[in-house]
Amino acid sequence: MDRYRGNSQAIADLVKGHAVHRDVYVDREIFDLEMEQLFPNSWIYIGHESQLKNTGDFITSKIGNQPVLASRHRDGQVYVLHNRCPHKGVKIASEPCGNTGKFFRCPYHAWSFKTDGSLLAIPLKKGYEGTGFDADQAAKGMTRIENVKIYRGLIFVRLAKEGLSFEEFFGESLSTIDNMAERSPEGELEVISQPIRYMHTCNWKMLVENQTDTCHPMVAHESSAGTAVSVWEREKDNFTETPMAVQLYAPFMSPYEFYEGAGIRVWPNGHGHTGVSGSIHQDYEDVDGYQDLMIEAYGKERAHEILGDIRHNTIYFPNIMVKGPVGILRNFIPLGVDKTLVESWVFKLKGAPDKLYERGLMYNRFINAPTSIVGHDDLEMYERAQEGLHSNGNEWVNLRRLWEDDEPEETTEVVNGTSERQMRNQFYAWRKFMVQNMDQAVEAAE
Amino acid sequence: MNRDDLIDFVYDEAATIDQMRWDDWLALFHKDGRYWMPLEWQQEDPILQPSLMYEDRLLLTVRVERLAGERTFSQKPKSRCHHLMERPRILSMGEDGGVHRLRTSFIYTETRGDLLERYSGWVSHELVEVDGALQIKLKRIDLINFDAPFSNIQLFI
Repeated sequence: MDRYRGNSQAIADLVKGHAVHRDVYVDREIFDLEMEQLFPNSWIYIGHESQLKNTGDFITSKIGNQPVLASRHRDGQVYVLHNRCPHKGVKIASEPCGNTGKFFRCPYHAWSFKTDGSLLAIPLKKGYEGTGFDADQAAKGMTRIENVKIYRGLIFVRLAKEGLSFEEFFGESLSTIDNMAERSPEGELEVISQPIRYMHTCNWKMLVENQTDTCHPMVAHESSAGTAVSVWEREKDNFTETPMAVQLYAPFMSPYEFYEGAGIRVWPNGHGHTGVSGSIHQDYEDVDGYQDLMIEAYGKERAHEILGDIRHNTIYFPNIMVKGPVGILRNFIPLGVDKTLVESWVFKLKGAPDKLYERGLMYNRFINAPTSIVGHDDLEMYERAQEGLHSNGNEWVNLRRLWEDDEPEETTEVVNGTSERQMRNQFYAWRKFMVQNMDQAVEAAE
Repeated sequence: MNRDDLIDFVYDEAATIDQMRWDDWLALFHKDGRYWMPLEWQQEDPILQPSLMYEDRLLLTVRVERLAGERTFSQKPKSRCHHLMERPRILSMGEDGGVHRLRTSFIYTETRGDLLERYSGWVSHELVEVDGALQIKLKRIDLINFDAPFSNIQLFI
């Protein structure tokens, strides 16, 4: 029996602010509704424009559980299409990326489509004459997604026809993406390699929450970052300088006071970030020549402003995290209620020294890889939570740290950096986009 | 060094891992030795192309000490591993600046609690002689599905 479908009140009741019901992580119907409601109603990241340099280039991705592709058409535009043949539903592009030439061709019956999705040809076309085919949706070709926004090269899509505009949805949170791009002396980011992929047997929201969970690093990562610090303390006399690796690991062991002072900023619609006035990325060694390139490009004052904004993790609700100072974007792709694929990408800053890209790649494999000891610590926690939440001893997850009565739900503010405010902020948005248009959708179906 | 010495070294190195003799294993690495798991097919650059691992002795030491930590929760219960290896092929015997190169096909198995994961690929060794003993300058692991999303790989292939 459906407990939640069509019952927006039951869904809203799962989020109390200072607590959320465990069904948001373990209930299959809730997961299905996230795919039907939350993801289509939100702006979802699907890739970067630099992955589509030439006409005919394509990338594939998913919005919730729906396969999509983006392609560069001969008019220079990027089109985002539902990745299925209008004939029998066969996925047209099966690889993460590639070049399809002048058209897509379905491997099943050779229906072909221009790279903007429109129908090009069907074999034995005569068989459709006078059948009414021209009025079918199939005659239009691959279904195009209208709501597409490319922002500083990042491609976002909203599947739902109605909803918040891109600017309304993200608002001031776009400042993190701006800062990441401006760290390039040319103001441009580039993807030149594949992501690190890491499979998690847990709900996707656990990963998203963990990005602004500042009370776990010194505990859960004592085993990895803590060991790195202790080995370094013992071995450092054998070194003339602090290796990049140690600079990346050590800040994870910063004490609570550090995170308290660093602050968290929340924005409307579930976005927010850690590291407002300090972050674990603040003490990396300068890269030779980089400052000069930045000053040349932006002027001294602006360059210092850009490089001085060392935000830690920015959540773009619902499912990506951007880490500006190391140029990393993590995409938390839901595959099932207890299965999440994480793809972690490193951007190259155009016109910046290679050393910065080297550092981004190193950070990515230290923290975000299936071979990462920091990742091992985190995944262990998520998996234990996914299992523990099935206990009926307590059906609620507690998010009360630094809670205040009448906490505003749609606001911009900076709070103590150990607050669970951003996790609550995400759930307010979760509730909003889960039930948006739900009652109308049910009425339409009846 | 003769051919058998080189081949034995590759088998013995895997045995130190399977038997979890971590200090013995680390001691097999040259002071500038590296352990590399590429993330691309026939990858050439470990620095400016993404890798799963590219670690020196300092970082390998961190990993080994972490495995023994009281608060290393992802190792409760501890993982075990098993290397099944084809006979190593000797690609060169010191002709190239004193470096011996071998390539070995493997199936590697690692446990995590009740789970068991299996990985296949090739391990390439670059070995040098220091004071009459072989040391690892580079151990490179190319998985056949390097681009697939794995769960935790916590020990050493």
